[in-house]
Amino acid sequence: MEVYLDNSATTKPCPGARKRLLEAVDLLWGNPSSLHQKGLEAQLLLEEARAFIAKCLSCRESELYFTSGGTESNNLAVFGAAKAMKHKGKRIVVSSVEHPSVSRAFDKLESDGFSVVRLPVDRFGVVPVEEIENAVDENTVLVSMMAVNNELGSVEPVEALSRIVKEKHSPALIHVDAVQAFGKLPLNVKKLGVDLMSVSAHKIHGTKGAGALFVKDSLHLAPHIFGGGQEKNVRPGTEPLPAIAAFFGAAQELDIKKSLPAVTALRDGFVKKLSALDGVVINSGADALPYIVNISLPGRPAEAVLNFLSSKGIYVSSGSACAKGRRSPTLTAAGLESERVNSSLRISLSKFTTADELDFCLEGIEEALRAIRKK
Amino acid sequence: MKKVILIKNGELVLKGLNRSTFEDMLIKNMRRRLSDLGKFNFIKAQSTIIAEPENEDVDFDEAVDRVGRIFGIVAFSVAAVAEKELGKIEECVTQFLGDELRAVKTFKVNAKRSDKKFIYKSPEICREVGGYILSKIPALRVDVHNPELTVTVEVRDRHVFVHGNQLKGAGGMPVGSSGRAALLLSGGIDSPVAGYMMAKRGLVLTAVHFAAPPYTSPRAELKVKKLAALVARYSGRINLAVVPFTEIQEHIKDNCPEELFTVIMRRLMMKIALRIAKNDKCQALITGESLGQVASQTIGAIACTDAVATMPVFRPCIGMDKEEIISVARKIGTFETSLEPYEDCCTVFTPKHPRTRPTLELIEQAESRVDFEDMIQKAVSETRFCSIDG
Repeated sequence: MEVYLDNSATTKPCPGARKRLLEAVDLLWGNPSSLHQKGLEAQLLLEEARAFIAKCLSCRESELYFTSGGTESNNLAVFGAAKAMKHKGKRIVVSSVEHPSVSRAFDKLESDGFSVVRLPVDRFGVVPVEEIENAVDENTVLVSMMAVNNELGSVEPVEALSRIVKEKHSPALIHVDAVQAFGKLPLNVKKLGVDLMSVSAHKIHGTKGAGALFVKDSLHLAPHIFGGGQEKNVRPGTEPLPAIAAFFGAAQELDIKKSLPAVTALRDGFVKKLSALDGVVINSGADALPYIVNISLPGRPAEAVLNFLSSKGIYVSSGSACAKGRRSPTLTAAGLESERVNSSLRISLSKFTTADELDFCLEGIEEALRAIRKK
Repeated sequence: MKKVILIKNGELVLKGLNRSTFEDMLIKNMRRRLSDLGKFNFIKAQSTIIAEPENEDVDFDEAVDRVGRIFGIVAFSVAAVAEKELGKIEECVTQFLGDELRAVKTFKVNAKRSDKKFIYKSPEICREVGGYILSKIPALRVDVHNPELTVTVEVRDRHVFVHGNQLKGAGGMPVGSSGRAALLLSGGIDSPVAGYMMAKRGLVLTAVHFAAPPYTSPRAELKVKKLAALVARYSGRINLAVVPFTEIQEHIKDNCPEELFTVIMRRLMMKIALRIAKNDKCQALITGESLGQVASQTIGAIACTDAVATMPVFRPCIGMDKEEIISVARKIGTFETSLEPYEDCCTVFTPKHPRTRPTLELIEQAESRVDFEDMIQKAVSETRFCSIDG
């Protein structure tokens, strides 16, 4: 039996994604920019995909740009926004638990002269709203925060951002990295009042190679690559239509109203059984996104448990490779003790995960507790 | 333009009557290392070995690159072959070395005439060829004492070879000339360097790696294979033995004092490596230990590990600083791979406070309570082997 529980790393492409991908490879393989019929067919698919994914985010088609994935969307958003705003101020605000594609972009901006405020988090990796209130001022030009933390599954207070920015009379643009949230929680860019939002296809059962960035119509992002004018010059380059088609197919199969309660019920049962095991502690909060369950087996190196489970066909991920001191920045920022950080595992579910699979994983963990010596 | 590689085998000429044996070994090594690029003929001529490709379409740059990593070669040159006629030699010089000559300010011509029937004597060749070069590239100056580029014209029996500055070879002795030894290869920075250094002294390598799944991952093993392949670019084919070590590690962990874990583990690694080495016809072990680098590499700890050795243990890094080891690792291209962050079996159960001055008596006492022999035998019998090429 093979049980894949690393869905926050990537997901298996779903049937709808596969169908659309093959169609794009076999039939609609033209260049969307070509003027002939073959190009037109490809362009129509591209625009249909754009319209659909835009609808998922409650934005206009004209506000959605395809990219190569989450990292590119985040980089484009952070650098593009900073460049567009630099004449208004140098203060930029970010949480201390962002994905490296955001946090390293902020590091770069810091070395380029921006003043970066990194917001601390609580025990579950959540930024307290009052921290945002204290950090954002009239000189702040960019605030970036993830909607859901990729390691703990914690839901961040992104809905508070636009209110705070308004209250503080701040010109700041708001970017939300929604890579882990998209398709799992309802996202409405209008209601949230954000200016930029990143999403990725392969986390929602599409394929690698496509992502998207929502950019509010009124905003003009400075591009980083230059080319033939595709994506309104914000992200030129011939569109990877097969990956975008798969993104479209995967998005069409999203049904948050159905999957969220189902996965929540699964998670609750799983966590209950996990908590009963001697030697396991749960790091994720009860109100975290149910797709991510972060646990620790204190004393047992995460890598060993991961390898053990892998040999049984159970695939999870570790928050850190402790051998070389690469510790999970999120868990460290959340203030977990090092023994817990070094033994942390992320078990991430998908809407296709079954109770049997979770039971199999649970048995694997029980075996690991018996087989693996404490350090 | 036909090209050959002229190989100077430095230390080998000192080997007196054995010289021919060493040369043959070097030629055999070169033939093997170049075999997939095409067929090469090797001709011995005084202190030079001429490597001549049979076909002109071989990847000559790759061959030159590889020759630069073959031990037993002190220096070598890439030469163009010219016909034995002054005009042809001059033409060959400007065609083959034109770009190099245009990139420097000073040069000289050096002629060696081993075919005494050639009508121009060495000084005449120098004068004629030098004059020709100056007529083609007037900006150049002749500097006989300290030229940036020395153009050498070697007039031999059948051909004339033309080459520029000599390239530095990998040095050392032909791999195989010293026998075979087993390298304990962990995945860290030091052990690949140790393997490289001893291969340089003429040893064929068997590498012994200890894997402790699930504490170590399949990727750690892949990393070791990558490291072995990088060392094999210098040493030639390596026989890699992967020893299953989990059971023994857990047994030590469960039954021996924590602060002695590493030294006891290293003694068991040595015992296993010795058996594998013996089976693979090795005459010595090689480790990457450097005195005082970690607790298990203090003089006391090394004495304890050495006590189980029944063959010499070579530790070429013993007197090197980490920085010195790293600079060799960078040179041979193993450094980046060594940094890959996978847990290796040496770090799995590292004690918090290891004993830095263990005594043999203490260790033997701790070991006496546990019987490791069956586990050692099992580990040796379940060892997997694979051949790693560079």
